[in-house]
Order: sequence, then structure tokens, then C-alpha cells
Amino acid sequence: MSDKAVPPVREGIRTIGQVTVPEPVFACRDVNVHYGDKHAIKDVNIDIGRAEVLAMIGPSGCGKSTFLRCLNRMNDTIESARVTGLIALDGQDIHDKRRDVVQLRARVGMVFQKPNPFPKSIYENVAYGPRIHGLAADRGELDEIVNVSLRRAGLWEEVKDRLNNPGTSLSGGQQQRLCIARAIAVNPDVILMDEPCSALDPIATARIEDLIDELRESYAICIVTHSMQQAARVSQRTAYFHLGDLIEVGETKKIFTNPQAKLTEDYITGRFG
Amino acid sequence: MNSTSNGVPRTAAETQVRVRAGLARRYRAERRFRAYGLAAVALGISFVVFLFGTVLSQGLSVLRQGYVQLDIIYDPEVIDPAGTRLPDDLAVADYQALVRAALRERFPDVEGRPALRELYGLVSSAASVELQKRVTADPGLIGQRQRVTLLADDTVDMLLKGKVSRSAPEDERRLSDAQVAWVDALRADGALQLRFNRAFFTNGDSRDPEQAGVRGAVVGSFLTLLITLLLSFPIGVGAAVYLEEFAPRNRITDIIEVNINNLAAVPSIVFGLLGLAMFISFFGMPRSAPLVGGLVLTLLTLPTVIIASRAALKAVPPSIREAALGMGASRWQTVVHHVLPLAMPGVLTGAIIGMARALGESAPLLMIGMVAFIVEVPAGALDPSTVLPVQVFLWSDLPERGFVERTSGAIIVLLLFLIVMNATAVVLRNKFEKRW
Ligand SMILES: Nc1ncnc2c1ncn2[C@@H]1O[C@H](COP(=O)(O)OP(=O)(O)OP(=O)(O)O)[C@@H](O)[C@H]1O
Ligand SMILES: [Mg+2]
Repeated sequence: MSDKAVPPVREGIRTIGQVTVPEPVFACRDVNVHYGDKHAIKDVNIDIGRAEVLAMIGPSGCGKSTFLRCLNRMNDTIESARVTGLIALDGQDIHDKRRDVVQLRARVGMVFQKPNPFPKSIYENVAYGPRIHGLAADRGELDEIVNVSLRRAGLWEEVKDRLNNPGTSLSGGQQQRLCIARAIAVNPDVILMDEPCSALDPIATARIEDLIDELRESYAICIVTHSMQQAARVSQRTAYFHLGDLIEVGETKKIFTNPQAKLTEDYITGRFG
Repeated sequence: MNSTSNGVPRTAAETQVRVRAGLARRYRAERRFRAYGLAAVALGISFVVFLFGTVLSQGLSVLRQGYVQLDIIYDPEVIDPAGTRLPDDLAVADYQALVRAALRERFPDVEGRPALRELYGLVSSAASVELQKRVTADPGLIGQRQRVTLLADDTVDMLLKGKVSRSAPEDERRLSDAQVAWVDALRADGALQLRFNRAFFTNGDSRDPEQAGVRGAVVGSFLTLLITLLLSFPIGVGAAVYLEEFAPRNRITDIIEVNINNLAAVPSIVFGLLGLAMFISFFGMPRSAPLVGGLVLTLLTLPTVIIASRAALKAVPPSIREAALGMGASRWQTVVHHVLPLAMPGVLTGAIIGMARALGESAPLLMIGMVAFIVEVPAGALDPSTVLPVQVFLWSDLPERGFVERTSGAIIVLLLFLIVMNATAVVLRNKFEKRW
């Protein structure tokens, strides 16, 4: 695989702020997404750095989920969706014919808005990824992966005595942490999270936010959220989307204290949303 | 305040008045609806009870059959006049003569050909086969005297079961007064009674009601259904998985979908004609064979299996697919590890409904010759055979009274088959449903 260098961001993009970072995990150049005739993402340019949490905010329907799903090619499963532009993971186009979507998704994990554990045991939920990717040579190794992943997801203490219970028997917050454990069990480089706390109460939310903070040391995390406070608490950079446009990107502190774009300011001051 | 009767209510109080005014009507409607529902259920149950009642009352008597005990003398002069004791010679001997001799011995007063013929008519022609079997198995019997239990004729059986009226004028029943008297005499010394009817479960079809059994049809049905299941389940589920999980949504798949739905509504006899033209005329497969029956019924059940499986696959929440795909499972793994197991209860239900329909089909099987009169119990899928519903159809058409109870008996066996199949389906479904 030739390391095609990622081109620099072209002149004249509308996005305000610093879209690039040094040595990005993901580099996106002029990404467009159409659902049939609907133009859902328009010329988005953005980099995602290592060991950082990037928050994506914006009003409902602005394309945050759509953009997030481009990063692990989940939009492939939607028949009407058409993605164009360059999305490079470690400098290589993820749409390259020589790259495999299965391998990509093993590197880019995803946590969904609604907790969606498999209707199998807690153990099997976490062991599923290592199993299909052949990461464990024997049962002992698999046990270890499950153990470590559940610990990192902060769920071990709560479930260690009932690993064989169905994952669906856990509470919503526990289920979401199980989904996170499931995602990190395959050692991804990036974790995508689409409103992971929207179905959870404040305590469960706080736990997940702590978890995100810890996970940041090892993974790049991309999180979509409707909670300004959450974005401010967990992220280092924030991207504001509006009607498919990426309006502004920058350090979270700057975006929330001193937004450059009028639309961003209106949104975070609550003038619309 | 006329705003309570017309116009939009503006206050809570006005709204309450409106709500209360409508309450009685709403409850009345509900009660009426429940009454309709109950009536419908009651009607349905009464039909089922009526059906089962008739079938059971007519068919249960088939469990017992009239048998007569006779003192048979294995006369060497009759069985083996040449004294060779060769199996071939023993096989062709006139065993009927032994039965006749035994009857004459029992009723020495009977004289004259017509009277004797009536006397001989009390015992089934199956008796000679029974005697032949005994002698072939043990040639040492020759020359001995033995009390043997033999099948009575179906007319005698019907008399024992009270299905022939004794009070009817002689020329309106199939037994003469003399025969009735002999039957009573035999019964008086315990030589004639009803016993468990094994023959019904071990014999194939026969022209004589007392010898006719369902074994041939049961085995034929079993083989036919086995082939149907083995073909239509994997093909149907495979087609459903492809259409639901892999196929692009376009004009071609739309056309396929419409056609599958249409196929499900095609009259079954058309599938029979198709099978006749394709499997028998074109591919030269044997007529009346369970293999061809299974193929035809596969065509018939495929649409049902596909439609039910697709519905079951559709009902699996998309979040499960997303979870698996998001973990890096291939589409195939997603289907095999997650979607299909979750859809299995629905898929199985569909398959069983299809199988139940196939079990009850007779029309398409008539077309491919499974309606022939076949005495032998089929040993394989290529042997000529018939199936239970066709057997019911065949027997229901015959004039002898003995076939009336056999028709109902075959229906009972058919229903038992169905119950076993449905029970299996429930068990399997519960087993798979535990995965949730
Ligand atoms: N499968 C689809 N087919 C067609 N249009 C879609 C599809 N998914 C999303 N869209 C459209 O694309 C646009 C962006 O949707 P998206 O789900 O990305 O928004 P979002 O920012 O995640 O919104 P929310 O905050 O409500 O989750 C919306 O206008 C939506 O109607
Ligand atoms: Mg969304």
C-alpha cells in the first residue's frame, strides 16, 4: 500500500478555525455525503488528532451522525448513501479498493446512541470482537481480554459474578459501558460515539464521561453530543455543524468562550438548537 | 352553554362534560366488540369439536378388529402332496383349503355349495397368507393341528361393531341370516372377538377393508415430507437471507418479491402439473415416487418459507446488525452469528406452516401419480407410494362399510402427524427464543 500523502486543505474553505492537527489519525478532505438527492454533508475538511477527544455539536439533523458514520464506513450499509472525498486513516484512504472494511471497523470502533448489546451473555458480548478477529489463541487469553476490557470500561466490579447473564439484563448505563467494553476489546485506534449518554441518567452519564477521559490516553475519540456541558467537560476540540456544513472547529475552551462564527455563537448561547 | 354540544370545548370543565357524554357509547362499543370476539371463538371451537367428534366417533373403532379362532389341521395332502418340503412348493399351496376345512369341521351341518360359500365368507382372504407364513417359518407344523387366530371378514367385523343392523331385512345387509347365526355361535364359544388392530398400522393398502392399513401412506407421507423439508428449508431460508440481507433494492429484486408473493397464491394443482411436466416427463423420474412428491411440495412450500423467513429477518432490530458490523463482523458473520439466530423462531414457524400445508396436500400429488393403488409399503424415496391425504381420498370413495371407519382412522393418523409436527415446532421455537 503506497502511502499517498494527504493533500493539504485547499484554499477557500468556509470552515472557521484550525481544522488540521499535526500527525492526525483521521484526515478528511472535501467530504460530501448524499442520501439520494439530499446533500447531507457538504465539503467537510477536518483532522482528528491522536489521544484527543473531538466533540461534534450542532442542531438536530445537521449531519453529525452522518459524518461520524463516514469514518468507519457504516454509511456503506445505507443503500442511498453516497460518500465522496478523501477520508484518510493514518494517511491511507479508507475507501481505497485495497483496504478492507472489516479491518477498518476493527480499527475504528463505534458506540451507538441506544445501547445495543448482543442478546448473548456479558462474556460473549465482549469476547465477540476478539473471537471473529482471532485475537485470542485460547480460552485463557480470551478470559484475559474480557477481564481487561470490562475493567477499563469500569464495569468489572458490577458484573464479575454474572458474566454468563445476558447482556440485555443490565441497566441502560451498564449496557452502554458493556458496549464500550465490547468496542475496546479489539484495541481500536479510534472510538466513535454517537450520543452515547442520551439514554442515560446523570450518574451513568458521569461515569461514561470519566471513562472517556481515561480512554483518551490510548484512543482517539470522536463523540457526538447534544449537551454543551458534556462537550465542554470531555473534549479537547469541538466541531460545530450546521445544515451539513462544518462551520467552526477549534479548541473546546475557545469555541465555548470565544466563538468566531455567528452561527456557533447563536447555537452555544442557546439562541436556537 | 351550547358550546358543549357543538364547537370546540374551551375549558377543562367543558372537555370533561364532552368526555363523560361519550363514555357510555365507548364502553358499549367495547362490550359489543368483545361479544363478537367471544362468539367468533365459540363458533370456531364448536366447529373443531364437531370435526374431531365426528372423526373420532367414526374412526376410533378402527383400533379394534374382528378375529376368529379356528382349529387348523395342516394337512400334508393339501400343503405338500409331493412331500418335497421345498419352500417354493410350500409357498404356492392352497392354504384357503385348510381354512375351509376348519370351517366345515366347526359347522358340520352346513351343506350345499351356496351355504358353504357363505360360511367361507366369514374369514378374510388374508387368512391363507397368515397360514402360509406360519408354514414357511416352521415346516414342522405340517401334519399337526393348531388353534390359529385369523382375520375375520370385514362384514363380520362390522357386525361385531354394531355397524350392521341385525333388524334390517336380510337382502339389505351384507350378511345373510345364516351368517349372523354362525357369527353368534362362534361368539358364544369365544372363538370370535374384537382385538387390537395391528394390521391397520403395519399393512399397506388393500382391496379388502379388513386388511387395509395406513403404513404405506404414513411411510409415503414421511418420505415425501422429509424430502420437502430437506429441500425447502435450506433453499427457502437461503433465498430469504439473500433477498433480505444481501440483495440490492432494485427493479429486479422488486420483481422477484412480487413473483414470490404471487407464487404463494398459485393453486396447488398447478404445481402438480408443473411437476408432472418437469420432473416426470422431462427429467424422466419415476411416477408415484415420494421423491417427485417431495420436489413438487418443495415448489409449493418455498414461497411460504421465503415469505415467513423474510418477515422474521425483517423483525430483527437493525441495531443488532449495526452492532455486529460496527465490531468488524463481515456481513456473512453478522447474519450467521446474530440475525439468523434471532430470526430462527419465526423462520421455524414459517417452515412448519409450510410443512403442515405440504402434509395436507393431495391435489398436486394426484397429478404425479401418487394416487395409484399400492399394496407394498415403500422402502425408499423411489418406490411407488401414496400419502395420507390421498389415502383418505381413495378410501372415502370405496363402497365397503369397513372403509368408512378406515377413512376416519387415516384422518386421525393425519391429525396426529400434524400435532406432532406443531409440537416439535413449539419446542424448537422455545429453545431458540431463550437466546433473547
Ligand atoms: N438513511 C437516511 N436516508 C436519507 N436521509 C437521511 C438518512 N439519514 C439521515 N438523513 C438525513 O441527513 C441529514 C443528517 O442526518 P443525521 O442523522 O446525520 O443528523 P444528526 O446531526 O445526527 O441529527 P441528530 O442530532 O438529530 O441525531 C438529516 O437531514 C436526515 O434527514
Ligand atoms: Mg444523530
